[in-house]
Amino acid sequence: MSTIEIGDLHKSFGRLEVLRGIDLSVEPGEVVCVIGPSGSGKSTLLRCVNLLEEPTSGSIRVAGVEVTDPDCDIDAVRRGIGMVFQQFNLFGHLTVRENVTIAQRRVLKRGRAEANRFAADNLDRVGLSDKADAYPAQLSGGQQQRVAIARALAMDPQLMLFDEPTSALDPELVGEVLAVMRGLAAEGMTMLVVTHEMAFAREVASRVVFMDAGVVVEEGPPAEVFGSPRADRTREFLHRVLEPTRVSETEIGAHLAD
Amino acid sequence: MTLTPRRRRRLVRVAGYFLFALVILAAVGSADWGRLSDAFFRSDVAGSMFPEAITVALRNTILYTLLAFVFGLTLGLGLALMRLSTILPYRWFATAYIELFRGLPALLVLFMVGYGVPLAFPDREIPGGVYGSVTVGLGLTAAAYMAETLRAGIQAVPKGQLEAARTLGMSHPRAMISIVLPQAFRIVIPPLTNEIILLTKDTSLVYVLGVTSSTIELTKFAGDTLNTRVNPTPLVVAGLLYLVVTLPLSQLVRGLERRAARER
Repeated sequence: MSTIEIGDLHKSFGRLEVLRGIDLSVEPGEVVCVIGPSGSGKSTLLRCVNLLEEPTSGSIRVAGVEVTDPDCDIDAVRRGIGMVFQQFNLFGHLTVRENVTIAQRRVLKRGRAEANRFAADNLDRVGLSDKADAYPAQLSGGQQQRVAIARALAMDPQLMLFDEPTSALDPELVGEVLAVMRGLAAEGMTMLVVTHEMAFAREVASRVVFMDAGVVVEEGPPAEVFGSPRADRTREFLHRVLEPTRVSETEIGAHLAD
Repeated sequence: MTLTPRRRRRLVRVAGYFLFALVILAAVGSADWGRLSDAFFRSDVAGSMFPEAITVALRNTILYTLLAFVFGLTLGLGLALMRLSTILPYRWFATAYIELFRGLPALLVLFMVGYGVPLAFPDREIPGGVYGSVTVGLGLTAAAYMAETLRAGIQAVPKGQLEAARTLGMSHPRAMISIVLPQAFRIVIPPLTNEIILLTKDTSLVYVLGVTSSTIELTKFAGDTLNTRVNPTPLVVAGLLYLVVTLPLSQLVRGLERRAARER
């Protein structure tokens, strides 16, 4: 059974159609990276998987459960899906340890000692055991994002969603977050990652999905998508992202030399 | 000697201070302190007010304030959540309530509760006598103000906080209680203190309910003493006692704000 199975997914915000028929599946243990230009619907697709956005039509099955079914217990489904946000979204009024334990205690009903043990284990996994008593505001962006990953992992998810996890970070802090994610992938975690980090996608992904204008343009192993992209739009996007200094004036219609 | 811009700025500033001090001194100096202290600072009149001024009047003022505040905060939180609800009738009700009670003088509401409710429900009464009537009478108005304050506080918590909580499997009510409201309250501590200080002074309206010697509060107590002694000194005493309540309150809030700033 696929971990995620998306069929003919449509999503509109008012008259703006953001997703225009997406078919995508993620198998257990797979790391799928979704790339594409801003506004292509990548984040919306990710947010539909745990119903942070209500799909307009189509079907989404997570571990066999149809999440768009009105009778579906979405809180139960979300328990099994970890999510990491671009803006970290750590709870500012709680310490790092409390951030990692609160859902364990309130949702999974674990006791204090057990929750603290899970917190300690997962903070250790992301290399932040020594920050358990700090408040989020006292941490760097990279540290905050690693805590957010530990918070999600403490719920024992079978699937992790990453929504541009490094886009809000200073460049020198990107590496520490990617290192944690690479480690997770190596442990066999099923991951759906929306990212602009092409090097990460190329190295870690089992499959790369290129989206543009609300549809999947092309998908395949990273070597194929990056090495010999089939679609013109993929080629154009990769050229602009991977070689930004080679984007020519004529390409963008500028006439600087005149 | 030519004035450099810096020297000129300094000269203007010093002249400003000087003028300010002069105005204050002139006002203080030209007042007739002898006559003023005969009227407002008579120690024998002031002395006769104690200990009742504190054991009864100040105690009741604080009690009325706390009761009305707790009632108003609870009702206000309910109204704030209704205003933010996705259910339209709830939003309508909360909006209508807030507009109505914010627009009416507290005195009127207190009067309506004190005399209207017994007429409407003759075989039932608000428990707690005057204390109950004050709690409801002042709390209804306070709730309208606090509802708006709390709504602003809840909306000031970033949307991502609720999303992160829901993503972890928390239900909407659970996420509100554990994640959003604690942060919202931190944001609204300063405006809520403002509310409680205003409420402290609004307890001076309680006299319309007809208070006895045991339920009397500061302003009425001072007014009664003023009438029997034919001297306004009690007003000064009452004023000082109000400050005894409100000044530490401001201090407390400053402390809480500092703590919240550290955790942010």
